[in-house]
Order: sequence, then C-alpha cells, then structure tokens
Amino acid sequence: MSAQNSNRKNGPSLQAADDQLNRALSEEFVTAVIDGQLFGVPVLSVQDVLGPQSLANIPLAPPEVAGSLNLRGRIVTAIDLRKRLGMEHADREKSMSIVVDHHGELYSLLIDEVGEVLQVPVQDYERNPPTLDPRWRDVSQGIYRLDGRLLVILQVQRLLDIIKVAAAA
Amino acid sequence: MDDLLSEFLTETSENLGTLDLELVKLEQDPNAPDLIDNIFRLVHTIKGTCGFLGLPRLEAVAHSAENVLGKVRDHELVVTPVAVSLILGSLDRIKELLAALEATEAEPEGDDGDLIAQLDAMALGADVPGNVKLPEEPEEKAVERQLKAGEATEEELERAFRETEIEATEAVTIPSPAPVAAPPKIETEPPAEKPAESSVASQSIRVSVDVLENLMTMVSELVLTRNQLMQMVRGHADSEFKVPLQRLSHVTTELQEGVMKTRMQPIGNAWAKLPRIVRDLSLELKKKIDLQMLGADTELDRQVLELIKDPLTHMVRNSADHGLETLEERIAAGKMGTGKIVLNAYHEGGHIIIKIRDDGRGINVEKLRAKMLSSGVASEAEIGEMTEQQIQMQIFAAGFSTADKVTAVSGRGVGMDVVRTNIEKIGGTIELESQWGKGSTFTIKIPLTLAIVSALIVESCGDRFAIPQLSVVELVRASKESEHRIEMIKDTPVLRLRNRLLPLVYLGECLKLADASKLELTEGAEVFVVVSQVGSYAFGIVVDRVFDTEEIVVKPVTPLLREIPMFSGNTILGDGSVIMILDPNGIAATTSDTKVGERTDGDDERAHAVAGSDTTTMLIFRAGSDEPKAVPLSLVARLEEIDVDTVEHANGQNLVQYRGKLMPLVKMDDSYTLRESGRQPILVFADGDRSMGLVVDEIIDIVEPCLDIELMANQPGYLGSAVIEGKATNVIDVGHYLSDAFSDWFTSHDEAAFGEDDARSLLLVDDSPFFRNMLTPLLEVAGYKVTIATNGDEALALREAGVSFDCIVSDIEMPGMNGFELAEQLKSDSRWQATPIVALSSHVNPKDLERGRNVGFSDYVGKFDRDALLLTLTQTLAEKVEVA
Repeated sequence: MSAQNSNRKNGPSLQAADDQLNRALSEEFVTAVIDGQLFGVPVLSVQDVLGPQSLANIPLAPPEVAGSLNLRGRIVTAIDLRKRLGMEHADREKSMSIVVDHHGELYSLLIDEVGEVLQVPVQDYERNPPTLDPRWRDVSQGIYRLDGRLLVILQVQRLLDIIKVAAAA
Repeated sequence: MDDLLSEFLTETSENLGTLDLELVKLEQDPNAPDLIDNIFRLVHTIKGTCGFLGLPRLEAVAHSAENVLGKVRDHELVVTPVAVSLILGSLDRIKELLAALEATEAEPEGDDGDLIAQLDAMALGADVPGNVKLPEEPEEKAVERQLKAGEATEEELERAFRETEIEATEAVTIPSPAPVAAPPKIETEPPAEKPAESSVASQSIRVSVDVLENLMTMVSELVLTRNQLMQMVRGHADSEFKVPLQRLSHVTTELQEGVMKTRMQPIGNAWAKLPRIVRDLSLELKKKIDLQMLGADTELDRQVLELIKDPLTHMVRNSADHGLETLEERIAAGKMGTGKIVLNAYHEGGHIIIKIRDDGRGINVEKLRAKMLSSGVASEAEIGEMTEQQIQMQIFAAGFSTADKVTAVSGRGVGMDVVRTNIEKIGGTIELESQWGKGSTFTIKIPLTLAIVSALIVESCGDRFAIPQLSVVELVRASKESEHRIEMIKDTPVLRLRNRLLPLVYLGECLKLADASKLELTEGAEVFVVVSQVGSYAFGIVVDRVFDTEEIVVKPVTPLLREIPMFSGNTILGDGSVIMILDPNGIAATTSDTKVGERTDGDDERAHAVAGSDTTTMLIFRAGSDEPKAVPLSLVARLEEIDVDTVEHANGQNLVQYRGKLMPLVKMDDSYTLRESGRQPILVFADGDRSMGLVVDEIIDIVEPCLDIELMANQPGYLGSAVIEGKATNVIDVGHYLSDAFSDWFTSHDEAAFGEDDARSLLLVDDSPFFRNMLTPLLEVAGYKVTIATNGDEALALREAGVSFDCIVSDIEMPGMNGFELAEQLKSDSRWQATPIVALSSHVNPKDLERGRNVGFSDYVGKFDRDALLLTLTQTLAEKVEVA
C-alpha cells in the first residue's frame, strides 16, 4: 500500500490537498477496447474519435495499414490495431477509431469500441511484464492497474515506427 | 525602388533579426555546431547579396564578420562575449547602412575601417581589449540591442511606440507581460536617429504557407459541401434554393481558384534576379557569360519555389565562378569565348525538372580525389572503389570546396551542401553529370508535392487512381475485337500502336490487386491503355475504366507509405473520396529495366506529335456509312462513351446529362439512329459553357495529314473531302452540327459560293481557339487567304509589320482590347483605315449594332451564322471594289 492511501485514512482535512496531489501525479487517457482488452492513448495526442468509416484501399501498403479516409479535408491513414497487435481479424468497416496526430500527420487507430476518458494515478503505473508478447511489448509504454482491469498504454510513435512497407515491387 | 533592392532589404532585415537571436543563443551555448553553421550561412548570404548589388561598404563589414565567424566554426576562435558583441556591433552597423540605403537608395558615404580593423584583428587571433568601444554606438545601446534580440514581441512593441510618438507615454503605462526595455530612453530619442520599421517591409504582406494551406483545406471542404448541396437540390426542379445556391457555387469556384492562384507562381520569379547576378559576376570574374533561361513559365507551388530560390542562385553562381573558364582558357581550349549557362525547367512525369547546364571545364575527378584524400573524407581504398559519379557527388558534402582559393564569390564550402539539404527537404533529388573539359549539368527533380495538377481518374480492380495528365500522352481502348488488341510475347503484354510496339503494364497486377492470370480479356470486354511517357520511354498502363479529368490538390503520402515508388501522393476528389496518385516514373522504374534517361529533342517532337497538339491532326471516325469521316482533333474537347439508357428526349432533341448540364446529342443525319442499348461513343465539342455531343459509330484513329480539302462537298455538314491515309475521307463541318444542336444559332441556308481563284486576304481576330479552328477551314474553303490574330494587340502588330488585308473579321468579346476598341484604333490610323471590318458576336442587339457602326464596323454577324458571314464578306468586298 502506498503512502498516499495511508494518508487518506488520516482524516478529511487532508482530502483536498490529496486530490490536488493526485491530479498532479496522474495522467489522462482515452481508453479503447479491442477484443475485451482495455487500451489507453494519452489524451493530448487524440484529435478525434470516429464511428465506423468507409476506408479507401491503399494498394501495396503494409498489412497494418487499413486504408485512408477523408476527415474534414485532411487525409487520415487508418491503422488496423488488431493486425498490429497480432490479434484476430475483425470487420474493419464496423470498427470505431481514435484519430491521433503524429508529427503533423493524422492516423486513425481502428479499435472495437471507445471507452471513457480515464484519469489514472501515476502510482498505479507498472512496467511491461517481461513475459508480455513481444509484439505488445514493442508498442506498450506500460500498464496501469485499475479496479478489476488492466490498462495497456499505447505509444503512438512505436505503433507507427515498426510498420514497414514490406515489398514494393 | 528597384525590385531587387527592396527584396534585398526585406530579406536582409529578416535575416538580421534571426541573427541577433542566434548570436545570443550562441553566446549561451558556444559549442552548438548547428548554431554557428546557421549564423555563418546567414552572414555569408548577406555578404554575397551585397556583393552582387554593388554595396561595397556593407560587403566589407559582412566579409570581415564572416571571417571571424569562420574561425569560430573551425574552432580556431573561442566564443567570448567580446567576440559576440563585436559581431553584434557589426550587425548594427549593417542595419544603419541598410536604413540609409532604404532612405536614399544608395550607400551612405563613410568609412568602416575601425570596425573592420577590430574584426580582422580578432580573426587573426589578436587580443581585443575587453571593453570594446563600439564606434558610433553608445555602450548602453548595445546592451539594449542584446536584450531586444531575445524578445521579438518586445521589439515590435518598441517600434510601435516609436511610430506613435504622442501616445508612447500612455502606451508604456499599459501593463505588458514582458518588461519593456528602457522605455524612457526611447521616448527621449529623436525618431530620426533610430529608424522605424522598414517601410519596404510593410508594402507587401507575407503570409505564412500554413495559413494558405489552412485556407486551401477549408476551401476544399467548402467545395465538397457545395457539391453535396447541389446534389440535393438537383432532385427538386423548382427549389427556392436554386438561385442562391448557384451564386454560392459561383463564389466557391472563384474562391477556390483564388486560393489556388495564391499558391502558384511561375519559376521565372525565382530567376528574375539571376541575369543581374550573372552580369555582375561576369564583370567581376572577367568572363563572358551568356545566361539562357527556358521554361520560365513553368508553374510551381509557392512553398517549393521559395525553397529552391536560394539553391538555384547558389548553383548559377557556382557555375559562373567554378564551372566556366576564363576567356583565355576557353580560347586556348578551342571553345567559344562566351561561356554558356542554360537553365531549363519543365514538367515531366508529375515532377518538375530543373536543369542547370554549363559548357565550362567540368569537374576534375582527379583533383576531387586528391582533395578527398587530403581532407581525410575517405581513404585511398575507399576512393578506389567509388565510381566517377560517386566522387563527383562529393561536391555536395558539407565543408567541401574545390576552389583553390577562397574568393568573395565562393569557395568556402558553404553552398552545395546547403543546396542539397534544401532540395532534399522538399523531397527532391539533385544529380550531377559532368565531363572534364566539356561542362556540367545539374538536374534537380522536385516532386509536385503541394502542387495542383490536372489528373486523369482511372479504375483498376474496383479502386480508383489519379494519373497526372502531364504524363498521359493518349488513351487507347483495347478489346479482343477492336483494331487495338493486346498481344502477348511469352507473358509480356504489348500493344501495336501506329506501327510500333508499346510495352504494357497492367495496373492491377503492378499494384498487386489481381493476379496476372485473371487479367486475361474475355470476349466483348474492353480495357483502356493509358499511354505514358517517362523521359524517352513510352509505355502503356492498362486500366479497367477511365473517368474524367479532375483538378486535384496533391498531398504528400504519409511517411508510412513513402517507400512505395508507385505513388507520388494522394488526394481528395470532389466527391470526398481519398485516392492515390500514381507516379508513372515509379511504375516505369519498377516494371522495366529501361533507364529512365534524359529526354532528347527528337523524343520531344515525337511526344508532341503523339499528343496531337498540332492543329492539323485529324480524328478519323465512322458514323452512318462505312466511309471514314474526319474532324480536326483540336476542335474535339473530349471523346466520351455514354450509356444509351441515359439519353433523354426533349423538344425533338436527344439530350444527355453531362458534367452537371444537359448536353444535346447530334446525329450525322436524320436517318441515323442511336444504338438500341449499351454504350455509344460520342465526340464532345465544347466552347465556354456550351457543349454538344456528336453521335458516331466508332472512333478509328488519329492521323496527321495536312489539311488539304479537295472539293467543296455539296452535302450540308461537310467541308469537303481529303485524302487521308490513302482513303477519301469526308471532313465534317462542326459549325453545321453546332447549329443543329442549338437551332437558334442557325438561320438561313443560302448558297454562298466563292470563286476559288479570287483569293482575298482576310485577317481573323478571335481569342477563342475553337472559333478560330472552326472558321479558318470554312473561310479557306470559301477561297480566302486567312491570317490569324488571337487578340487585338496581335492585329495591331501585324499592321505595324506592314501587312495589309482585304478585310478584317473580328470578335467583339475579347479579353484585353475588345472588338470595339480594336476597330477604333484601326480607324484612327491611315494604314488600315479603308479596310472593312466585320464584327462577329454571339449576342447581336440593336445597341451593339449602333455602337458597331459608330466605331467603324462595316457589318455585324452572329457567330454561328456562317452563311451570313460568307454572304456579308462577299458583299463587303464587292462594295470595297466599287468604292475603289
């Protein structure tokens, strides 16, 4: 048990200070569910949340790239997170997506369902277990212990980095 | 003020602002290599430009400052506050000189010997006294400068105060987030002493490309919304929204054009100052240089243009300084005394190519090798393995210079690396070809990132793609049954096209959308071959369908996809869908071994011929009967195929919806009927807003005979017949069918025959190529010798050239000088005063007639009334003869 949890028991007078501390020592994530697993993306990098969209096919693109779509006049590249994380294939046309900005380019991350925005205390952070699937370890920044579930934090940079154009000829 | 000078002032003030900032940063972090490089380059640029503009005082100060900075860069000098102050002091001196320059357009008299001596002493490593007394500059002032340098907003505030002297005291009391540096001092200073913000800088507004980009995005969005609205209203014939929507649509289109226009500039803008630079250089270097610039009107995106401006200047300067030999050397080498530098810009395969060629000494590979060894860039073994080309590319490495001595012009090793960095920044490439003794050619290739291009939309395996129109030479339809059949050599598909074999690439296969085996054509199916030209290599891209051409905004692809060579970008179409833009260069490179080389002049000509830009090119087709018919290709706007089911009937006419409008369909003669079902090929003729479709059975070919019509046909609708490819071919009269389509354009049908021996000379003035092409053969057949002018100025130029005509036929509505003004001008001068002028106009009303007669038109004819025109001409000429 951490120091702050024991503080809380000391009485209501410390509650306000405690809350403030919590805000300073917590991070906000937009959460998403893929195949029952909860994932989080830092809220500041999220540009938009979209319902199912029709995607334009991009020939020769890496398998993780699901296609592209037009978001208010900007071209957004859709990344199939199931594929990226080595999960079972799902119907891309029914997927919701989280649009993130990465170095001025927009990417939409296809997921099953968008969850709420969560504020999680930094103290609940945990490094990736070394036994985690290497594909997940590559892209996960770490794990947050929530009540009854685990939140896997995705690093947008890593999600996009590893994707390579396989064979372009 | 001279454009060159005002641009220099604007640019230099900006650079100086950056320099102030960077120098202060450098003082804080003396070991940052990027900082010193950047500072050095900026000062180098200022010095260079001053040199070319003939500003010796500025140049001398900048040169000395650059010397000090050079030592710092090479770690021979340590960055001390004293050194920084000294450099800042010289910048202040430059600012003073600039202010005087702006006021008087000349450098003020004076001597900078003291400052230069200090700088030179520092460059030589001598101890400069700690308390530098900056000449003509009180110490406190220098301190203030340094403070300011860090705070751009503060500087602007101060300027604002200075400009509005009276309010200054009040303004200071307003709490500002940043402390204003020494406000009382500013107030006490007379404004004349410290010049206010450069007034030149405020004459033009610099808008950041981001703002334009943002505008562009919004406009695209607006266009999409407009299209949606139009779609909705189309369903309701009498919607009250129709009129306002039309206005909205109009404004949107104009807005879009306007925004696009703000982004495009001819490359000539970047070249404007080159002739001056080269001239000054040739004086300075005592060389004779002939600078040729080709393709100056090639349009470039503003951002791209900005970024290549400096590299281009650098390269031309390099060519003049290092590339070309001196007069004596050239004569000794048996060359023309005058050295040549040729700049050439053109579009190719969706890229913009800029070539800089000189016929100078070329690059001495041996010397480069030695230099690389001595400077430790590469070991002897490494150099041994390099090809000549690789060694030549070494000149693009940072800090590398082949010049034996450092001159004021170049040789410091700044330059080619900057050139390469800047070009690569916008995704371009630079290549060098050099032959010792013969000269060098630099080829810069810039993708059309951000540019707006016209593209052909095609479909393959259910996906749509855009192919830049620039790389499309022609379209061929191929099926099992037609004359154009795809044949196979082992597994390689080829197409016979005008006695040549054209290698084919299946787009679906090349993009891995389908297997080659599935692409086998079934009976009755047809595909389209997009004939593309990349350099001298022509090949066909096989697609399933071809849609329209559309103006597209090229957006770069996401970094994830940059490695796919087939795409040069992606775009959003009018209907909101995202599609990829194909790069014919990439397709050619990945599907063939052909080296995509430089295009030769011969290829150029062929490409032109194939593209059919020549006005005598004829389109051969079949309609009604078996004998082939011909029409000048230049008159045909588009070849289309329509679904017969979509044809509607109204008012005894066949109509079809085409590009959002109703287009009348015209048949060759009344006995001819449309197909029962399926698709019907049509030729679309368009002029301005009007278009009409001529129904034909089959489009046969495009050929290039000379237009030599033998007889005047006695059948309406034909101009005559010509022998084309050995067959008698009827040449149709488009005017006849146009009047069929729009019955009100056609009035009487009187015979108006003219004796062919009675050749009269005629000047036709019309801005519309359509009418020129339509009327010229008509008038020629009628026995006139026709000369064409595309506007009033050209007509006047012909008058100045001493040419005379029997009669002038002029359009009324022309951009620039209209027909009335032209007539006034012609009647006011004795030379052509007696020549009758016949006006052509699409709107004839009594008021116009009145005005026409007043300014001197002999007669007034409706544009499509060809018979009336011919009749009027005979009458007018007959009158003239009588008068004479």
